[in-house]
Amino acid sequence: MKLVTAIIKPFKLDEVREALSAIGVTGITVTEVKGFGRQKGHTELYRGAEYVVDFLPKVKVEAAIKSEMLEQVIEAIEKSANTGKIGDGKVFVFDLEQVIRIRTGETGAEAL
Amino acid sequence: MTRFFRKLTASLALFCMLGLTGMPLVALAQDKPAADAPAAAKADDKKAAPAAAKEEKKEEAKAPATPPPTPNKGDVAWMLTSTALVLLMSVPALALFYGGLVRSKNMLSVLMQVFVTFSLITVLWCIYGYSLTFTEGSGATSSFIGGFDRLFLAGTFDPLKGEFSMAATFSKNTPLYELVYVAFQATFAAITCCLILGSIVERVKFSAVLIFMVIWFTFSYLPVAHMVWFWPGPDAYTAASVVDAQNAKAGLLWQWGALDFAGGTVVHINAGVAGLVGAYVVGKRIGYGREAMSPHNLTMTMIGASLLWFGWFGFNAGSALEANGSAALAFMNTYLATACAVLSWMFGEWLFKGKPSMLGAASGAVAGLVAITPAAGNVGISGAFVIGLAAGIVCLWGCNGLKKMLGADDALDVFGVHALGGILGALLTGVFNSPSLGGPGFPNNWFEMKPGYESIMGQLIIQAKAVGVVFIWTAVVAFIAYKIADLAVGLRPSEEVEREGLDINEHGESAYHG
Repeated sequence: MKLVTAIIKPFKLDEVREALSAIGVTGITVTEVKGFGRQKGHTELYRGAEYVVDFLPKVKVEAAIKSEMLEQVIEAIEKSANTGKIGDGKVFVFDLEQVIRIRTGETGAEAL
Repeated sequence: MTRFFRKLTASLALFCMLGLTGMPLVALAQDKPAADAPAAAKADDKKAAPAAAKEEKKEEAKAPATPPPTPNKGDVAWMLTSTALVLLMSVPALALFYGGLVRSKNMLSVLMQVFVTFSLITVLWCIYGYSLTFTEGSGATSSFIGGFDRLFLAGTFDPLKGEFSMAATFSKNTPLYELVYVAFQATFAAITCCLILGSIVERVKFSAVLIFMVIWFTFSYLPVAHMVWFWPGPDAYTAASVVDAQNAKAGLLWQWGALDFAGGTVVHINAGVAGLVGAYVVGKRIGYGREAMSPHNLTMTMIGASLLWFGWFGFNAGSALEANGSAALAFMNTYLATACAVLSWMFGEWLFKGKPSMLGAASGAVAGLVAITPAAGNVGISGAFVIGLAAGIVCLWGCNGLKKMLGADDALDVFGVHALGGILGALLTGVFNSPSLGGPGFPNNWFEMKPGYESIMGQLIIQAKAVGVVFIWTAVVAFIAYKIADLAVGLRPSEEVEREGLDINEHGESAYHG
């Protein structure tokens, strides 16, 4: 099993969710996050005061999947979150040791 | 525990002091007007005629044949409405305007400072503020400060006879219930004190604010308002021979012929300079210039600015004291100049800073309102166009170039907007009051109603002198008041308190959860 974590542009969230659903991913977790990468921040001006905003808002999408789906999932995220501009985000892949469904106590791939 | 008792006894002592000194005087003052009335005709114009209202009583005694004029119900209704509109300008309008501009950890502290300052000044106004401002003083200080005849508003209402005392307006035989005038002016005193807060927010102790306010209100607001606005009223000018004597009873700047329709000097320069002095004396916020101090909620700031605009109709048009043409002129000028300033600030910002911002538009509105305040009923429509357009540009500079030069952390730009806008408005009032520029001019002889406007240059100099007097007066008083507050309780909270925020530490609550 794999845990796929993608940092994407906030307005791409719906497209990514649809793409993942379409290939059979049954659940994702979404968090609003801030961070910086190669995309530069912006400046904000309040009367005379100018502030550089370094941390930009992003959305973190996490999905636990069967290992054999990995290629498909990565491709779906890449396609749906892509705008071609700096700041589209990244995908991180981790090995996932165990999954437990709390209601039934099922474990492993059955719990996904 | 001991600290709590010390605080408790201190506040009790304060209340007892006010009560003890006040009460006997109330009784005295209440008896006085009735006793004075028959003798009033004899005493005539030589001296000891405290309030404008009393002047009317005298006339009554002199000419019993004509019944005394009664207030016009339209005027009363408009002035009661205006008073409530001006209250709205402080709470919630100014509180929201300021509150949105600070960081979320200090939101409630700003709301509290405005809310409580407003209440505190209202109470002080009714105890001694009104009396010291709008009654005639005695001796050498009479052109600077009034007397104690209206302590605790004594003599404004006689429950036995069911009689109300009258205040003067700007028309002969057109009195207004003095209590309405008291309330209207109370809201002015209170908002002026609240305005100062913008310079020192996010880093000042609540207790220090209260101490400062009591001192500054007493020694700066009251004398300045008396100097600019106190006069015996039009009905006192009963003959050509008494004109000079009546003029001599007025406040110093009134005597000079300085024009201030609704408070360019009294309210905005007075508060704006006190704010700047505060920014210097209290010092910069920790992290100023290094950390981002972005406004936490410009939506609130926009709501606040809009409510200020709305309430300002009461402030400016209400300052006509009647529901008449002067009020109509003030209303239109207030409306128009503000819109002009929104546009000029916004375009100025767009041009020089790259983007037209919401905060810029809201700030432009306030700058325009401030600048048109002394001018409202004193200039024609052309004056409103020029004053509004100039205010947006000048105050934009006040918050940028000038602010950098001054080097103070005037957190919410009270000096850049209020003092600078007030000075601009006060000076341009002198220019656009001219009948040759579409202004109404003003009478200087209230018996023959001779026009008092002589020349643009002449009036400009009078206005500049008035600005100078108020500027220096409030700066000195503010400096001393901050120092006294510093000695008494300390102006600033500890560094930890300031970093964590005043809401949690000073007030024990937070504005937002989750």
